[in-house]
Amino acid sequence: MPVTPVVEKTKIAVKDLNFFYGKFHALKGINLEIPENKVTAFIGPSGCGKSTLLRVFNRMFELYPEQRAEGQILLDGENLLTSKEDVALLRAKVGMVFQKPTPFPMSIYDNIAFGVKLFEKLNATDMEERVEWALRKSALWGEVKDKLHQSGSSLSGGQQQRLCIARGIAIKPEVLLLDEPCSALDPISTAKVEELIVELKADYTVVIVTHNMQQAARCSDYTAYMYLGDLMEFGSTEQMFFKPTRKETEDYITGRFG
Amino acid sequence: MPEKHLSTQFDSELTSVSGQVMEMGGLVESQIRQAIYSLAQFNMEAAEQVSANESRVNSMEIEIDHALSSIIARRQPTARDLRLLIAISKTTANLERVGDEAEKIARMVRSIIQSGAPRSLPSLELRVAADLASGLLNKALDAFARLDVTAALAILKEDDLIDQEFDGFVRKLVTYMMEDPRTISPSLDLLFLAKAIERIGDHAKNIAEFIIYVVKGEDVRHASMEKIESVVR
Repeated sequence: MPVTPVVEKTKIAVKDLNFFYGKFHALKGINLEIPENKVTAFIGPSGCGKSTLLRVFNRMFELYPEQRAEGQILLDGENLLTSKEDVALLRAKVGMVFQKPTPFPMSIYDNIAFGVKLFEKLNATDMEERVEWALRKSALWGEVKDKLHQSGSSLSGGQQQRLCIARGIAIKPEVLLLDEPCSALDPISTAKVEELIVELKADYTVVIVTHNMQQAARCSDYTAYMYLGDLMEFGSTEQMFFKPTRKETEDYITGRFG
Repeated sequence: MPEKHLSTQFDSELTSVSGQVMEMGGLVESQIRQAIYSLAQFNMEAAEQVSANESRVNSMEIEIDHALSSIIARRQPTARDLRLLIAISKTTANLERVGDEAEKIARMVRSIIQSGAPRSLPSLELRVAADLASGLLNKALDAFARLDVTAALAILKEDDLIDQEFDGFVRKLVTYMMEDPRTISPSLDLLFLAKAIERIGDHAKNIAEFIIYVVKGEDVRHASMEKIESVVR
C-alpha cells in the first residue's frame, strides 16, 4: 500500500516571485511553500537572496522606493503584495527579529508593552500578564523579572536578542521571521535562542535565515538552499543534510563550494 | 572524491583516514593469504604468523575509529562526507572481523596439525573457496578506494557464489562422515574452516553495500537484488 505523505498546511506560498533592487534582479522566479507550525531555514552564501526573500514576507522592502517585488506571496491564501491591508497590521501578523539586537531605548517592560499598545487595548493587569507571558515564552523571565524597569540596553547581547524575540511574539504574530538571530551571540545564548525557536513553532510559523549551516541542521524542519537569487533546493532538513538531491546543494553544505 | 573542500585540512584528514583503511585492508588481505597458505601446506609457522599479526589489525581498527571521532567532532560532516565516515567506520569493523576469521582459520590449522589428522579430506576445495573469498575482499577494497558502485554490485552477486560453494562443501563433508565415522572430528574442523571462509565473503559483501550507501545515499542492507540494481542504476 502506498504511504500517504503527511500533508502540512501551507502558511506562506511564494509564487513566481521576482525581486529587484533598482535594475539588479535579486530573486529569480522563486516558488516555495512554507508549512505552518514548522521551522523553515534559508541557507546560502552571501548575496544569494535569502535575507531579501525574508524581507519580502513582511514588505520590509517598501521602505525603499527603488525596490520592487513581482509575483505573489500568499499568506493563508491572500496575496500580501497586493493587499490593501495596512502594512503595520501585516507586520503584526508577520513579526521580524534582526541580526543585531535592537532593543528600544526604554525599559524592558516597555520594550514589550510598546508594540502591544499599538494593536490592543489592555488594562494594566492584562498588560503585565502579557509581558510576563512573552518573557517566559522567550526564556528570559527568570533573568529579568526583578529588573523589568531597567533599560533594555542594560542586558547582555543574548538577553537583548531574546528581548527582541519576546517583543516580536508579544503581539501574537502568526509568523516569526528571524534574520541571522544568533550571529552576534555567544554559544550559550545561541543555544537558548535555538531552544526557543523549536518551542515557538508550536504556536508560530518560524522562518530563519542563517549562515550557520549547523544551526539550520539543528533547529529547522525544512531547509531551502539559495544561490545567486535562485532557489536551488527545498526539502526536509534531514534530507538536505544527509542526501541532498542536487550536487550544488551537496557542494555547499559539505564545504566544497567556491 | 573529485571536488575539494574549501578547507584543504579537511581534505587531507579524509585522505589520511581513507589511506589508513586501505592499509588495514591490505594487512587483513595478507592475513587471509597467510592463513590459506597455512591450510594448503599444513604449515605451522605460517599459522603462528597469522596469530601474531592479529593484534596489529585490532589496533588499526582503534586508530581509525579515533581518527573518525576526531573528524566528526571538529568538522561536523554532512551529506556525502558524513556517509563516507560512517561507511569507513563500518568497513573497518568488518575488516577487523575478517582478521578474526583469518586468525580462526590459522588456529584450526594448528589444531589439525597437532592432532595428526588424515590429509585425505577435501581441503583443496576449501582452498578454492578461500581464494574466492579473499579475491572478493580484494575487489571490495579496490571498489571502496574508487567508490565504484558498479563493481560493488558485481561483488554482491559474487558472494552468492561463495554461499553456494559453502552449501555444496557441507553436503560433501556429511557424506565423508557417514562413510567413515573416524573422519567426524577432522571434518568438523573443516566445517568450521569453511564457515570462516564463507564469513569472509559476507564481510566483503557488507563493504560493497557501504560503497553504494556512500555514493547513492541508500541503505541497501537486506534489500533484494532488484532493489539494489535499481539504486545503482
